[in-house]
Amino acid sequence: MDALMNFGQGIFGGIWPAVWTLIKIVLIVGPLLLGVAYLTYFERKVIGYMQVRIGPNRVGPWGLIQPIADGLKLLLKEIVVPSRSSKAVFIIAPMLAIGPALAAWAVVPFTDTLVLANIDASLLYILAITSMGVYGIILSGWASNSKYAFLGGMRSAAQMVSYEIAMGFALITVLMIAGSLNLVEIVNGQARGQFADMGLGFLSWNWLPLLPMFLVYLISGTAELNRAPFDLAEGESEIVGFHVEYSGMAFALFFLAEYANMILVAALTSILFLGGWLSPVGFLPDGILWLFAKMSFVLLLFLWFRATFPRYRYDLLMRLGWKVFLPLCFFWVIIVGVWMITPLNIWN
Amino acid sequence: MDFPTAVFFFLAAILIYASLRVITSRNPVYAALHLMLAFFTTGGIWALLQAEFLAIAIILVYVGAVMVLFLFVVMMLDINMDRIREGFWSYLPLGAVLGLLMVMEMGLVLGAKYFQVPVSEAVVPAGVSNTKEIGSLLVTEYVYTFELAAIILLVGMIAAVVLTHRGKKTSKIANPNQQVFVKAKDRMRVVQMPVEKD
Amino acid sequence: MGSMKEVFNSLFLKELLKGMSVTGKYFFARKITVQYPEEKTPQSFRFRGLHALRRYPNGEERCIACKLCEAICPAMAITIEAEPRDDGSRRTTRYDIDLTKCIFCGFCEEACPVDAVVETRIFEYHGEKRGDLYYTKQMLLATGDRYEAQIAEDRALDATYR
Repeated sequence: MDALMNFGQGIFGGIWPAVWTLIKIVLIVGPLLLGVAYLTYFERKVIGYMQVRIGPNRVGPWGLIQPIADGLKLLLKEIVVPSRSSKAVFIIAPMLAIGPALAAWAVVPFTDTLVLANIDASLLYILAITSMGVYGIILSGWASNSKYAFLGGMRSAAQMVSYEIAMGFALITVLMIAGSLNLVEIVNGQARGQFADMGLGFLSWNWLPLLPMFLVYLISGTAELNRAPFDLAEGESEIVGFHVEYSGMAFALFFLAEYANMILVAALTSILFLGGWLSPVGFLPDGILWLFAKMSFVLLLFLWFRATFPRYRYDLLMRLGWKVFLPLCFFWVIIVGVWMITPLNIWN
Repeated sequence: MDFPTAVFFFLAAILIYASLRVITSRNPVYAALHLMLAFFTTGGIWALLQAEFLAIAIILVYVGAVMVLFLFVVMMLDINMDRIREGFWSYLPLGAVLGLLMVMEMGLVLGAKYFQVPVSEAVVPAGVSNTKEIGSLLVTEYVYTFELAAIILLVGMIAAVVLTHRGKKTSKIANPNQQVFVKAKDRMRVVQMPVEKD
Repeated sequence: MGSMKEVFNSLFLKELLKGMSVTGKYFFARKITVQYPEEKTPQSFRFRGLHALRRYPNGEERCIACKLCEAICPAMAITIEAEPRDDGSRRTTRYDIDLTKCIFCGFCEEACPVDAVVETRIFEYHGEKRGDLYYTKQMLLATGDRYEAQIAEDRALDATYR
């Protein structure tokens, strides 16, 4: 590592730190985009298997080249810009959708040392950056100069803003017991506890004491991602989404953003509730592989939801967010607060 | 010029451009978008001043929530720009006076030596989390102000609900609460009947 | 008591977990996909695919231009013109089936008194232009000649049900 640093210093001189940061960004975004591509493949495979089919298997061995073929197809397609639309906004909107999904990865820790920017309020940073994603949706709907796309954009944006609140409240309980906004410290806090001392680390992760909030976070996360069963944007037959006017790569960018966000939410769920890189049992070492295993599990859950549940109706969706999750979160914040000042407090 | 200064001037240029576009843009949606850009750049400048909590808060609150709702309203309103521009010349003198006043006030704030922030005190020792500092100040020294702000916000929220509440709805609407809790036996009645014989 | 139980069930997502257990079970079930070009599902002898016109074993075409098929065709896909041949028998001069109109209902086959027009088991054919799917008498007869063995076998199997 030191040799590499010295080598870089020799070649780039003073700008080496900037170059090194760029290299690190590429090292995160590259595998992430590859992961996004193969997540679409695994989604089709998993849903296929649950529907007693076998999914894509024609392009390459076991269909492994399928995502690349899909990507090439979308790249070569024409981007149709509707007449009398705001062309600049129409093109910028998909970029605004995918930008935050990638930018949020700057503070996601992979182990307690492996993180691009270990800033103090990393969780707040992620909340702030992901809340920007809604602009891509609302602007794409408006710029399309189509009433259907506009209403679809309004619908999806309202959905995301609503569930952000429930999600934020679920996170407040995590912050309360961790006493920190830093993701590394939140994970390290989960390594302590009675069960962790007994060698059963997975029982002292946040998911068990905060089980209702874990479920709220997972479900709000699904809604925030506009994923099934909350994927109203994709219900072509009954309700129209914000991206009806998009085609080609501009359309694909929305999907890349959706899948990149899926991976992000999976990583956050793993870090906040499932102990990040911590090993579930005492006799196995901690490591980045555990984080990937937990992320894969959460991603599998998202795919599983999609294969199982019918699409939610919009008014029911809003009711769930505002009238069920929000009161539940208020209630649980108070319970955790009371719990923490009683002698039964388990987070010291 | 060192790196942070260069970044500052870059962000400041964007900020000034965005702010100018907010008031010159003909399309209200573009104005709102430039306002969003202005907030975002402000966040960047604050982050440069090591006020990362404020920087994130302005993005989270203003860009992430307030401007979205603002865009909702602006996009749905049918704003006729010509009607708004009609009174431009008659309002110009008053506007110019107000503008001059504001420029003078800013000049006083920035120019006078009483108002200058002592630069040496702004250096933060390493390991101090300004999120934690703001948090502990809010619930110790400024707790009453904080509570007052919370109450004002609550009043505002209730006022908004009261103002938009239009009484009982007379039209037929589906009540999702009832629909969710419906059970099979509410909808279907199983009747015992003797078998008909002829 | 009952409502308590319901609240408990909905809070712990009982029905959602039930649904997920069903899909989870099918994840491991044996897959029933037929890998089409390599594998094919078995066909019935009544399969209604591409049309054909048959001949008698002596080479004489069966069709007597009675136009029953043209009359019954619900999509009006069949066009027939007829006149007496030199030997005095009534034969078609034109027998066209427009496959872009045809709905493959099999009525023509049932209406035919001499088993002349039949639907074969062929379903993998294509046309590169619209006109390619307009089958003339020669093309239909050629199909019949080529697959006569299969067609005869299928008719024999079906005969007991008629």
